[in-house]
Amino acid sequence: MTLGNLDERREAITEIRSAVAALCAGYGEDYWRRLDADKGYPTEFVTEMTEAGFLTALIPEGYGGSGLGLFEACAILEEISRRGAHAGACHAQMYVMGSVLRHGSDEQKQAYLPKIARGELRLQSFGVTEPTTGTDTTSLKTMARRDGDVYRINGQKVWISRVEHSDLMVLLARTTPREDCKKKTEGLSAFIVDLRHAKGNGLTIQPIDAMINHHACELFFDDLQVPAENLLGEEGKGFRVILDGMNAERILIASECIGDARYFLDKATAYAREREVFGRPIGANQGIQFPLAKCYAEMEAAALMVERAALLFDAKVSCGAEANMAKMLAAEASWKAGDAAMQTHGGFAFSREYNIERKFRETRLYQIAPISTNLILSYIAEHVLELPRSF
Amino acid sequence: MKVLVPIKRVIDANVKVRVKADESGVELTNVKMAMNPFCEIAVEEAVRLKEAGTASEVIVVSAGIAQSQETLRTGLAMGADRAILIQTDVPLEPLAVAKLLKAVADKEEPGLLLLGKQAIDGDNNQTAQMISALLGWSQATFASKVAIDGDKLNVTREVDGGLENINLNMPAVVSVDLRLNEPRYASLPNIMKAKKKPLESLTPEDLGVDVTPRVETVKVCEPPARKAGVKVASVAELVDKLKNEAKVI
Repeated sequence: MTLGNLDERREAITEIRSAVAALCAGYGEDYWRRLDADKGYPTEFVTEMTEAGFLTALIPEGYGGSGLGLFEACAILEEISRRGAHAGACHAQMYVMGSVLRHGSDEQKQAYLPKIARGELRLQSFGVTEPTTGTDTTSLKTMARRDGDVYRINGQKVWISRVEHSDLMVLLARTTPREDCKKKTEGLSAFIVDLRHAKGNGLTIQPIDAMINHHACELFFDDLQVPAENLLGEEGKGFRVILDGMNAERILIASECIGDARYFLDKATAYAREREVFGRPIGANQGIQFPLAKCYAEMEAAALMVERAALLFDAKVSCGAEANMAKMLAAEASWKAGDAAMQTHGGFAFSREYNIERKFRETRLYQIAPISTNLILSYIAEHVLELPRSF
Repeated sequence: MKVLVPIKRVIDANVKVRVKADESGVELTNVKMAMNPFCEIAVEEAVRLKEAGTASEVIVVSAGIAQSQETLRTGLAMGADRAILIQTDVPLEPLAVAKLLKAVADKEEPGLLLLGKQAIDGDNNQTAQMISALLGWSQATFASKVAIDGDKLNVTREVDGGLENINLNMPAVVSVDLRLNEPRYASLPNIMKAKKKPLESLTPEDLGVDVTPRVETVKVCEPPARKAGVKVASVAELVDKLKNEAKVI
């Protein structure tokens, strides 16, 4: 993959941003507010984004995608978020395929990637988290037992997003009990589950009534049969499959946070310039200006870290620390910008019509998912600062 | 039939334009630039003609600084086949642009020259009419509908009194209005393909055109802020004020 020099890539993302903004303009904030109220899924938006090639940016050209890097993918998600849209509804379509790309067999890649690139197949669910094991992934209890040509899956997953709006899911389950493994990271295997066949045949999906419209569900596996050929990567080496996608996911979500922060600051500054109290715009008051200026500075600093992490990732340089720091800083920047936007809008911030409260709820998630801030701090302390492991 | 679409790089329509401190012009530093919205409509129409099989090739052309290349790439991403940049740092007046475009048209021999009715920066609304005069081609301005029928062109124009339908002989110059179509955004694969499409770079000298400005900009300033109005109690008072204060009747 030749990604060109940075100036060329910066020029190209300007063009990409404009096109994404033009697409998003067809889906005003009323659309997103209505979906939020009705817990609806933005099918039309996701279809159009896919057909216009934006969600398949990371798929190599040989499989029908654009073969772009994370740097460009970040620009796409940032722009979606900045335009008031909810990138969370579609971001996984961009990166879950990465596990098939990196760990799938040639047959699997040929079977899935071109169809994902054409928008015929949706792969935007990752089944990892369980009710009793959140970040402690290796303790997960869902079991997959080989039985002839199939694996039989039993167990439970929770907070699995978009599973009702996906055709396929990458599932992580134990194939060897933890006590029989030398290392706890062994004995886990990844599978491609065809949700269209699984539903009602051993898989029950239960939507969770949640604070934001993220289409998260509980999954119950009762002897679900998955063909043995759907094993992704080697049996027992599934942890690697999941781990490899995490940096990309963190960097992409960090770019969404930057988009959210830009959205909040666009909204807050516009309101501060227009809203008049005591005969002058409220933006003339330093009490309003300073929090917004501070948020802007913090957002720009976080954006630099996101860019750095994306460029390292694209250059295939180890970027665990940068990906984690980018996610943490960007999530904090968007949350603070959201808070400042709430304060700037005063009472109107609580009116759903102003959309601030919807975005405020949405952006709060990113200090918790896909990885909580505490775990990021632990990572930096242990792996960068070389302090003793804390857990 | 070739369609030549002149396009212009302008300040993005969503940007609030600011006057430079020295009043020599408007601030362009760190300001988002974009294709003039009317030019986008012209590109869209040309691409639709190509998709319908009426046009064989769509060429976008722009005159201005090197960064106009970005605007040309946008046109290519929307579906134009190739691009021509006439590069110059000299501020261009409508007549200079018209002369440059005439030179390009002489070389390319398009059947149709499709362009925006005006650019949202200078709002001059002159270039299309000037090219038409220089080329001696028929012209239709402010088009809200364009239909090609053999070597005839049927154009619906938006005029003050409503709509006017006219028939023209080709080749022709058509300037487009806002309601002609809704321009597409570029898809990601097309943005990528646009990078590989040919972009020819020329200079005014190559085309033998003197673009030296004839008009000197003395000063650029903000329009005066609108003052609050007054309420009148009666028609008589209104007439009196119009007559004696405003002195308009």
